Amino acid sequence: MASVTLTDVRKVYHGGVEAVRGVSFEVADGSFCVLVGPSGCGKSTLLRMIAGLETISGGTVRIGERVVNAIEPADRDIAMVFQNYALYPHMSVYDNMAYGLRNRGTPKAEIDARVREAARILDVEPYLDRRPKALSGGQRQRVAMGRAIVRKPQVFLFDEPLSNLDAKLRVQMRVEIKRLQRSLGVTSIYVTHDQVEAMTLSDQLVVMNAGQVEQIGTPTELYRRPATRFVAGFLGSPAMNFIPAVLRDDGAVSVGERRVAVSAGAGGGRAGLPVELGIRPEDLRVAASAPGTLPLEIEFVEELGATQLIHGRIDGVAATVQVATGAAPTEGTLALAVEPAATHLFEPESGRRL
Amino acid sequence: MEKRAVFGNRALPYALLAPQIAITLIFFYWPAAQAVRQSFLVEDAFGLSTEFVWFENYIHLFTDPGYYRTLWTTVVFSTAVTVMSLSVALLLAVMADREIKGATGYRTLLIWPYAVAPAVAGVLWIFMLDPSLGIIAQGLRRLGIDWNPRLNGTHAMIQVVLASSWKQISYNFLFFLAGLQAIPKSVIEAAAIDGARPWRRFWTIILPLLSPTTFFLVVVNIVYAFFETFGTIDAMTGGGPAKATETLVYKVYADGRLGGDLGGSAAQSVILMAIVIGLTAIQFRFIERKVTY
Repeated sequence: MASVTLTDVRKVYHGGVEAVRGVSFEVADGSFCVLVGPSGCGKSTLLRMIAGLETISGGTVRIGERVVNAIEPADRDIAMVFQNYALYPHMSVYDNMAYGLRNRGTPKAEIDARVREAARILDVEPYLDRRPKALSGGQRQRVAMGRAIVRKPQVFLFDEPLSNLDAKLRVQMRVEIKRLQRSLGVTSIYVTHDQVEAMTLSDQLVVMNAGQVEQIGTPTELYRRPATRFVAGFLGSPAMNFIPAVLRDDGAVSVGERRVAVSAGAGGGRAGLPVELGIRPEDLRVAASAPGTLPLEIEFVEELGATQLIHGRIDGVAATVQVATGAAPTEGTLALAVEPAATHLFEPESGRRL
Repeated sequence: MEKRAVFGNRALPYALLAPQIAITLIFFYWPAAQAVRQSFLVEDAFGLSTEFVWFENYIHLFTDPGYYRTLWTTVVFSTAVTVMSLSVALLLAVMADREIKGATGYRTLLIWPYAVAPAVAGVLWIFMLDPSLGIIAQGLRRLGIDWNPRLNGTHAMIQVVLASSWKQISYNFLFFLAGLQAIPKSVIEAAAIDGARPWRRFWTIILPLLSPTTFFLVVVNIVYAFFETFGTIDAMTGGGPAKATETLVYKVYADGRLGGDLGGSAAQSVILMAIVIGLTAIQFRFIERKVTY
């Protein structure tokens, strides 16, 4: 096992395109780190640099104590699970899993023991003699994982491993990956664009945007205290509401003519500054119309079963509120009360949290 | 979706097929039938009398040591051409598959030799390998090799193998390149992470995944070496010296056109026809089953 440390890692392609612009973070030994961000944010490039499949233009990548910048993928003691599984189509499941061990000259008996153990853990024992072509998507995914775990590497790398699976299987495999990682205790770095996967899997969450790290922390930290408007909007489903407001000097903001109390300490002596007020749909409460409530003109309702998402507009700005089914009228105008502790303020220009 | 086309008029499908069928009948079946008929006949040298002799031409062929020698020459020649053109093409394709600057231009240049007519290819190589004029021959002489394809049968064979392979490399290159590009990049990357060095990756991953392409090309190249190298051989050596480069197809021409033995030549053609049919059958059978995986 080993930690992974990135120091100011950069990737510049021919022609000057900067895919990764100075990323630094550390993944503690045995922890599960998820890199999440929209497509094109550089997260896959970063993972491939850790794997050694892309050259590193600047900075250093360490696995354990060793700087691996100039080390071949084979010698980095990592295993990677690819989005399209990348199984060897001409080999049986057994040979797919044994390939990496054979390349390293592992004794035959040990290869056999390890492959059978992995097959047992992953529930693919009946398919050991089959070719990948004869397996379902979920089974192929398991074989790809098996290929990674038989090697007993120091680090697992996952490149959007679940995105080719259907929704139900994805949830199931997500749980299995988490369980497997817990029981093996191998340091893992996982790339995804799916914020639900990111939240559920990670011990440490790294949100990336435009080649840079927006914020690093535990999923709860990032969800509760997003450092930027981007992180606030990216994590959480349904997404956070952003309402234009103006900072006041009495621990509140003005939304239109209304005074809305916000979390203590925000702003501080910068009255008159335009800000964005962020509130999660579940943090809005339906209340009686009163000063300090926000009026939502209802447009339509999405039914989720136990809860409803009511979509509408507050002063013309699109907003959503999540309520227990039947707890609120579904047409007309709703008065929404804001819990001051659940508010987030962002500078419109920089997107930083105030 | 209805896959079968349905015609309202019964005559229309036949009318549409007629040109293709006519071409096949006139340019393939008719000459083939002529050849089979001719192979049962013996004609005198002046074409004045013709005698029906049943299988005498075939019996004559199969008891002639010269025919077996030509068969052996053909096997050696075809194997050499196939192995050489496939291996060089594969090497070039692997090189061209990597991301390098000017790859497009490089690939286009590699395709050019295919457009060169066989006889012209032969002449090109004659100039380079000519014992008195050729630059390669001069170089060899300087190395102490007495290069003389006009007198030395082995040298002549090397010469026709070189020219014939060179022409076929382009074709093989195209197929190998397409085959290589069809291999998912992530599979190669997975192998790299799995600890396979480039050489081992090539043998254990790339080559097996290319096997359908390779098999197809082996058959195509054997057919090429058997039947389409006539022009090259004729221009370079004329089958000599002392029949050292005479392949089965060249012998058909030499015996029939030059030797005037039309019946024997026709019998050889019929045998060649059987070989082509055999090769094609093998190809269809295995291609449909998809080799290896």
